[in-house]
Amino acid sequence: MVPVTWYLWLAALLFTIGLSGVLMKRNALIVMMSVELMLNAANLTFISFARQFGDVGGHAIAFFVIAVAAAEAAVGLAVVIAIYRTRGSINIDEVRALRE
Amino acid sequence: MQITAELVCFWIFAIPLVLTALGVVVARSPVYAAMNLVAAFFFMAGIYVLLAAHLIAFMQILVYAGAVMVLFLFVIMLLSLGDEHLRRERRSAMQYVGVIGAVSLLAVLAAAIARVPDKAMGALAQPERFGTVKAVGQVLYTEFLLPFEVTSLLLLVAIVGAVVIAKERI
Repeated sequence: MVPVTWYLWLAALLFTIGLSGVLMKRNALIVMMSVELMLNAANLTFISFARQFGDVGGHAIAFFVIAVAAAEAAVGLAVVIAIYRTRGSINIDEVRALRE
Repeated sequence: MQITAELVCFWIFAIPLVLTALGVVVARSPVYAAMNLVAAFFFMAGIYVLLAAHLIAFMQILVYAGAVMVLFLFVIMLLSLGDEHLRRERRSAMQYVGVIGAVSLLAVLAAAIARVPDKAMGALAQPERFGTVKAVGQVLYTEFLLPFEVTSLLLLVAIVGAVVIAKERI
C-alpha cells in the first residue's frame, strides 16, 4: 500500500505550484487556472485523509469544494470579461483602480 | 518497499500530474495552460480512484475537466487576445519574492507532513462500499444536508452574478 504521506507530498507540491503561478503570472486567466490547481491540491488532501481514516465525510467536503470552485470560476471569468471590456487587457498589473 | 500495482499506478498518475501542473504555470499562452490543466485534472481523477474516491473522481472529470474547462476555453475564445499578450512578461522583484514565499510554504507543509505517521493505509471496513455514489450520497443527505442545500443557492447566485457582471451594460 502507498502511505498517506506520499499523497500529502503530492498535494503540497501541487499547492506550491499553484501558489507560485498565482504570484508569478500576470495573465488573469492563468492566475485563475492556478487557483483551480490549489483547490485541487486541497481536495487531494481531504480525500487522502478520508481514505486513511475510512470516513466518507472527506468526500462530502471535496464535493462542496468542487461546487464552490465551479461557482468561483463562473463569477471570476465574468469579472475577467468585464475587465477586458472596460480596459482592453487582462494583465492584472494594469487593474489598479482601487489602489490609486 | 515492495512494488505493488498500486505503487506503479501512483507513479503513473503522479509524475504526469506534477509535470502538467508545472505546464500550467510555465505556459505563456492561456490555451496551452488550459490544455495542461485538463490533462492535470484527468491525472488527478486517476489519483482519486487510487484513493477509492470513485464518485469524486467521476465528478472531477465531469465538473472540472468538462464544465469548468469549457468555460475557461470559451472565455479565451471570447477575449480573442492578440499576440501582444504572449510576449515575455516583465518580472518585478516582488514576483520572485513571492515564489520564494511559495517555496517556504512548501517547507512549512513538509514539516507538517513529516509529523504524520508514515504507515501504510489500513484496510477499509467495507472496501466495496467506500466512496461510491451510495455511500457519499448517504452522508450528503443526512450529515451534510444543510450545506448541500446551501450549495444549490450558491450556484444560483453564481449564475445570476456571472450574467449580471458580464453583461454589456450594468
